[in-house]
Amino acid sequence: MQAETISHEVRGFLEPYIDDTEFSNDDDIFEMGLVNSLMAMQLVLFLEKRYAFKFEGADLDLVNFRTLTRIQDLVTRKLGKA
Amino acid sequence: MLTTEQRQNRETAVRFMQAHAVPQATAWDEQGEIPRAILTRMADQGLLGTFIGTGQGGRGWDALSFGLLCEQTGAASASLLSILTVHSMTLQAVAQWGTPEQKQRWLQSLATGKTLAAFALTEPDIGSDASNITTRIEPEGTGYRLTGRKKWISFGRHADVFLVMARQDKLPVALLVPRDTPGLTVAPMTGLLGFRSAGLAEITFDNCPLPAAALVGRIGGGFSHVASASLDLGRFCVAFGCLGIIEACTLDAVVYARRRRQFGVPIFQHELILELIADMITGAKSVRQLCYHAAALRQAAEPESILETTVAKYAASRTAARVAGNAVQVHGAMGCSSQTRVERMFRDARICEIIEGSNQMQQLMIARNGAAEYLREARRLEKGTGDGVGA
Ligand SMILES: Cc1cc2nc3c(=O)[nH]c(=O)nc-3n(C[C@H](O)[C@H](O)[C@H](O)COP(=O)(O)OP(=O)(O)OC[C@H]3O[C@@H](n4cnc5c(N)ncnc54)[C@H](O)[C@@H]3O)c2cc1C
Repeated sequence: MQAETISHEVRGFLEPYIDDTEFSNDDDIFEMGLVNSLMAMQLVLFLEKRYAFKFEGADLDLVNFRTLTRIQDLVTRKLGKA
Repeated sequence: MLTTEQRQNRETAVRFMQAHAVPQATAWDEQGEIPRAILTRMADQGLLGTFIGTGQGGRGWDALSFGLLCEQTGAASASLLSILTVHSMTLQAVAQWGTPEQKQRWLQSLATGKTLAAFALTEPDIGSDASNITTRIEPEGTGYRLTGRKKWISFGRHADVFLVMARQDKLPVALLVPRDTPGLTVAPMTGLLGFRSAGLAEITFDNCPLPAAALVGRIGGGFSHVASASLDLGRFCVAFGCLGIIEACTLDAVVYARRRRQFGVPIFQHELILELIADMITGAKSVRQLCYHAAALRQAAEPESILETTVAKYAASRTAARVAGNAVQVHGAMGCSSQTRVERMFRDARICEIIEGSNQMQQLMIARNGAAEYLREARRLEKGTGDGVGA
């Protein structure tokens, strides 16, 4: 899978929750207040289901989830390991 | 519709609760304590780790079967439900986020109920505003020192291990803290409206030494992932537990209304009583649908399961409080006496509107996150491709 496809799909998942706020792939979606704790959990389930892997405790660094680029890197790493 | 297996699992839960909890629950409430022997018996039957795989000491039940166990537990004793809830929340955290070493040390022991756990988030000055907790860790040598106070901790009086939410500087962390950690003290809490036999306690951590292996997940992921996933499971348990309260109250109200005579006829024949009972039955049926829907989504690990569980918990706890109130009303003075279980359930149901995130917190989550579905639909309609919200 193309890495850019991942950030595009994650954006598609998040956008309805975020309404009309524009954000780039490198914006911190947590710091911008775009993602709350419920959405963070939904995001974890979305990624696990869509890309068919399981997160582990070691992945649980919020840094990994802060921007679309970082999420894309994390997913790519996980898929590489699988 | 339940599968054969789900029906059997429900039967296991019904049999256990009818034999060991229902007859004792009011006495436990009065004594302010559930005997450890009951929890041991529950553990012996594998009822404290049902959702964990059989290879790891659990029973490998699906989400709905676990929900049905919570329903039966709630119908018997909300205090017992709360112990099952906090134990399950910690078990879930270890199963989902634990390191191989943590799983080795805790998973089987928790799943079999050899070790019993509690969940410690709330503090004297911090409740709903959970991301601002003040309990903290500081690195020391290869491990940490933990300092702070937790309050209103269900089963805190007796738990063998605590899943504690704290911070390192600004970053949230989750830690497994055994009860015998030096510097940890437990002060029982009494005088509660409900959940009187849930063993609530205040826990103080006075510079407690912890190894690095106490950390669950990574530094920074303690709240957004570990605590949130535990609270999600907690809401699932409480939603089903409330369904149990609703069913038990409805049953008792119907039976009492048939038996109790006033103005020469059973009060069941008075239409204003029927109105109360109709409301109870409707509440039971609608909450069951919401709970089953949340269970199906949870089983499929669908992202929507988080919101739907929140909706189920919010609706179930509100309905339980209303239905328990109706049940007290139908029982008249008897409903105000511990000779009936609806008196206890009325008090316990009220607590369910506060725990695992108060209902105001649920409302905020539901409105903010649930709105997305409607916005999506509005956009589709604008484009002329709308297919209906909830379709
Ligand atoms: C019987 C019992 C068992 C418990 N067990 C546990 C346990 O095992 N572990 C644990 O960690 N905690 C436990 N708790 C604590 C429980 O989780 C908290 O009580 C709950 O989170 C609410 O916090 P609070 O009581 O500090 O209320 P506060 O946060 O002080 O809120 C007070 C009121 O203000 C409302 N409110 C607060 N903020 C807002 C807002 N932004 N908008 C609108 N309304 C708002 C709340 O909904 C509430 O009605 C237990 C509590 C009880 C009563």
